Amino acid sequence: MAEKQSKWRVFTAGIIRENPVLRLVLGCCSALAVTTTVSGALGMGLAMTFVLVGSNIVISALRKVIPAKVHLPCYIVIIATFVTVVQMVLQAYIPELYDALGVFLALIVVNCIILGRAEMFACKNTVVDSALDGLGMGIGYILTMVLMSSIREIIGNGSWMGIQIIPDSVDRMTLMNQAPGGFFVFGCLMALCVWIEKKTNHPIERKTCGEVLLEEQETAKAANEGGAEQ
Amino acid sequence: MSAQNIATFATILFSMILVNNYVLVQFLGICPFLGVSKKLDSSVGMGMAVIVVMLIATAVTFPIQIFLLDAFDLGYMQTIIFILVIAVLVQLIEITLKRYIPALYSALGVYLPLITTNCCVLGVTILAVQDYSGDIATHGFGFAFAEALVCAAGAGIGFLLAMVLFCGVRQRVENADPPESFKGLPITLVSAAITSLSFMGFGGLVENIINAIL
Repeated sequence: MAEKQSKWRVFTAGIIRENPVLRLVLGCCSALAVTTTVSGALGMGLAMTFVLVGSNIVISALRKVIPAKVHLPCYIVIIATFVTVVQMVLQAYIPELYDALGVFLALIVVNCIILGRAEMFACKNTVVDSALDGLGMGIGYILTMVLMSSIREIIGNGSWMGIQIIPDSVDRMTLMNQAPGGFFVFGCLMALCVWIEKKTNHPIERKTCGEVLLEEQETAKAANEGGAEQ
Repeated sequence: MSAQNIATFATILFSMILVNNYVLVQFLGICPFLGVSKKLDSSVGMGMAVIVVMLIATAVTFPIQIFLLDAFDLGYMQTIIFILVIAVLVQLIEITLKRYIPALYSALGVYLPLITTNCCVLGVTILAVQDYSGDIATHGFGFAFAEALVCAAGAGIGFLLAMVLFCGVRQRVENADPPESFKGLPITLVSAAITSLSFMGFGGLVENIINAIL
């Protein structure tokens, strides 16, 4: 029973507790760029979930084989393979979605959610746990993307999934469909998230992956210099 | 070089910097933009490192795409080849700088490992191929290659400009007193929205100005 509980916890972690976009602040680029329409966001979310589950499974299966020194290039090759699969499938069967996502489909390779989960979770856990983690994170990502794109599409275009909701007589706020709207909606959603965390007494410190990497580099550099002086 | 060519290159350069700014308009490289723009010196360092890597990466991947992938009909390998080339290049640049230009290494070295997984570098290599490989048929390889390089330079300079501008905005925001829930990242994102709004004002401007000058 305890075993089952922990598997359930691993699976649900990504959905709310460790939501990749709003709480871990991973993968902001695609979250901002493809959320102008709900259908695009949903397609991106599904593509992302597939790559996340696939790469998590392969990386955790190979975690004892991959040497620590070259782990990053190995992860990138594994992830790029899955991304290529998604690209080929979408190009063949859903060309409209392939065109709509454009360069951001290829950029799943460098999306920090996938590399982040590989580094934080898949390289330390069993295959089943990693698959569940990937699935949970993917669902959390899809939910956030759909929420963000719903706000942007309804306000900016007056429709949801292409179905018109707001009558033509009401003016559209097209700014929401453009770059500033993306930043604004993301900022407001994150503020809402912080507010809920405060109400439920679960505050966390948010750090973008850029910050985390920079700090790691600076500590490594400081350690090197300290070592050289001694 | 004819006036026509200069106009083409200038249009590409300034469009990439102002109208299609990678960070603020196209959402490429948001992670370093939000993470590293806290201090001016780190913003400048990161921006410089990105310019260098973008230029070298485009100079290498563009011929690879034309003479290797397109020539042998291997277009589907683009993503995997490009990311590997970038990863190797960043390592090579790091080693070369460390060995031959230690002063530059101590300034940029910290930021180089962040660049491998930075989507704006992979983005610029893919977009340069997408946008300019078509010009090979009409203008020859040399011209298309030069266009791609100018595009990469513009993208890099645009990134640096966005980082430096936003660093200034951020220092002001830190002294402000936003609502409790907005403190930290949320208010940063909202101020990024306003910075991005100001860049929208450049739409259509560049081509008209350059056409007027030449």
